[in-house]
Amino acid sequence: MITLIHAHPHPDRSIGGRALLDAVRGIPRVSVRDLYELYPDLSIDAEAERAALEATRLVIWQHPLYWYGVPALLKLWFDDVLTEGWAFNGRQALAGKDCLWVTTTGGGRDAFAPTGRHGHPFEAFVAPIAQIAHFCGMNFLDPIVVYGSHRMGKEALQRQADSYRTFLTDYSTSHG
Amino acid sequence: MADASLLSDTLLYLGAAVVCVPLAKRLGLGSVLGYLIAGVAIGPWGFAFVGDPESTLHFAEFGVVLMLFLIGLEIDLNRLQAMRAAVFRGGSLQMLGCGVLLAAAFFLFGLPWIGAIVAALAVAMSSTAIAMQTLTERNQLGTATGRSAFGILLFQDIVAIPLIAIVPLLGTGERQAGSSLWIATATALAAIAGVIALGRFVMRPLIRVIATVDVREIFTAFALLLVIGVALLMTLAGLSMGLGAFLVGALFASSEYRHALEGDIEPFKGLLLGLFFIAIGMSIDVGLIGAQPLRLLAIVVAILALKGIALALMAKRLGVPQRERWLFAALLAQGGEFAFVVLGAARAADLLPGTWAPLLNAAVALSMAATPLLVIAADRWATRHAAQREDDVIEDAHAPVIIAGFGRYGQIVGRMLNLDGVAATVLDHDPDNIELIRKFGYKVFYGDATRLDLLEAAGAAQARLLVIAVDQVEDSLKLVDLAHTHFPNLQLVVRARNVRHWLELAARGVDTAERETFESALRSGREALEKLGMPRYEARELADTFRRNNIATLTAMRPHFKDQEKLVALARSGLNELEENLRRDREARATRAAQEWD
Repeated sequence: MITLIHAHPHPDRSIGGRALLDAVRGIPRVSVRDLYELYPDLSIDAEAERAALEATRLVIWQHPLYWYGVPALLKLWFDDVLTEGWAFNGRQALAGKDCLWVTTTGGGRDAFAPTGRHGHPFEAFVAPIAQIAHFCGMNFLDPIVVYGSHRMGKEALQRQADSYRTFLTDYSTSHG
Repeated sequence: MADASLLSDTLLYLGAAVVCVPLAKRLGLGSVLGYLIAGVAIGPWGFAFVGDPESTLHFAEFGVVLMLFLIGLEIDLNRLQAMRAAVFRGGSLQMLGCGVLLAAAFFLFGLPWIGAIVAALAVAMSSTAIAMQTLTERNQLGTATGRSAFGILLFQDIVAIPLIAIVPLLGTGERQAGSSLWIATATALAAIAGVIALGRFVMRPLIRVIATVDVREIFTAFALLLVIGVALLMTLAGLSMGLGAFLVGALFASSEYRHALEGDIEPFKGLLLGLFFIAIGMSIDVGLIGAQPLRLLAIVVAILALKGIALALMAKRLGVPQRERWLFAALLAQGGEFAFVVLGAARAADLLPGTWAPLLNAAVALSMAATPLLVIAADRWATRHAAQREDDVIEDAHAPVIIAGFGRYGQIVGRMLNLDGVAATVLDHDPDNIELIRKFGYKVFYGDATRLDLLEAAGAAQARLLVIAVDQVEDSLKLVDLAHTHFPNLQLVVRARNVRHWLELAARGVDTAERETFESALRSGREALEKLGMPRYEARELADTFRRNNIATLTAMRPHFKDQEKLVALARSGLNELEENLRRDREARATRAAQEWD
């Protein structure tokens, strides 16, 4: 079972994010939880979220990179769902599961460098997310990052989406 | 011409009531005393406008019949169930206590013992009409005192039925000697069974048919036909008309048409009660007062004193607050309308020798007339008592929140507060609501929330917040004004019925008014957009835009809301502005979509 936590406030305006999501929808045993669709009023049903995670092997966090982090609703999801006693210090309900971070950025790969617009290599921004997974006892897999998806052109984007699809299909079959 | 005399009689009754009742109310005596005085004034012993005692009697009896029908309607099984303890514990205690004392007194006055017991039980019952009318006028139906009193009255209504049925059988008169006694019993039982069967198997299906015809006055006519028909049937069987009417009422109390019947009879109810009291006034035998003044006075005093003392003594056990125990006694000390029926039956059965029957009748009527005065005296006692021993009066622990109006709107607010453990005092004027609300542990005051005394009783001076969720716009505004004038520290949360109401509230400085349909309409708007394919979060953003714009427009209207023209102009410009905003939004979205990176 794979649970894909998707956070995009305006999915119909998205290019990169939508291409990625469309590519993996329909893969057997992948269940997409679209946070902005589920909770447009920003009131998360934490119980339902936790229940969805219980039987999952792989947790995916997929979203556009906003201000070097997650969109507001995914941050709220971290705060409300991954609480003490369930996610850490107690049950450790997510311990042993795999965690995959999938994100799209506005800046190109070269902007993420000490000399680039964003002043740091991309790894600097991976660390906080990876640490959330580690703190909950999950294995943080190599993240999938699509840089400047709106400028890369349809075919390049499709190649990235296809490799995402292949990864999930393989994961789904090998961890059936 | 008979018609003319009917009309002139009606003119007389209405005229006397219109003159006497406002006068009595102005003098602080209550409407009941006003009606009674009107009755005495036009009766055979006053101006003798209504000279024929026979017709007066019939008239009075019809008042009682209709009254009993209404009482019957009030007693449905569910309500009885909910107040079982108050009814059966309080009621039996009262009948037993008052009955024993009165029976002993009547026996000492020289009545034979059977007569003494029957008279005692007859007089031990109180006047539902007077007590309920007084409680309603004072907004005290919902208080501990009101509930205990109502329970006792209900119990009396129930025991009156077997009492009225049994009394004729106790008769020693030759008419009912031997086998004819059994025939009478059998006829009585058969008649009661007949009425119940008729009601259940004929009338209830019939009323359904009548109701589907959907002509309102025909429904009312049917209700009256029912009462009068059954009353006459009972007379044929030798039973009281009142009992028949009561039975029909009770039969329909549990039917789905109870509220319809009540609603249809409601407009008549006040007047019928008035008529009933006028009839009581007319039936006071002033001649007897002249002939045997001391004996009559002794009986009246005995009734009021013995019942009053017994009631005051049992008040504490029934949960009546200390300072209201004499009020409780005064409310129930008088003899009631059932007394006339039982006494009539007792006289017919030869249980009351000599002038006892008319004497007791007059005594009951006088005790009724004395009730408003006794209530005033009890009030005086309570205030003096409270003033003298101020330290003893335990201040009620007042809830921090008062909710005025506990319909669909107020209930949601109240339940949310309850979820957080915040206690609320509820003001509502729907008696059906009240029992239910009370079951859930709210402190409920029955009555018109726009009355200052009720607000004070509910603890408005101590409360932190008043939630105004009443249905009527005028009531809501009146309540806001009252709160601003008398309880300036009370914070307000107000339900606005519509834009105009919202503007009226805003003009009074209320900035926490919510239009009752606005938020739910925005929800529906969002859902509509979602069904058409808009992502949910975007639909929410659009609703947020709409809300902000709408409130800004309303706020701009505030200073001009009395100026209709300007209002329309502002509304139009607000609409334009909204359109403009939305158009800009749409364009922005289109251009943004072209340069979106995520």
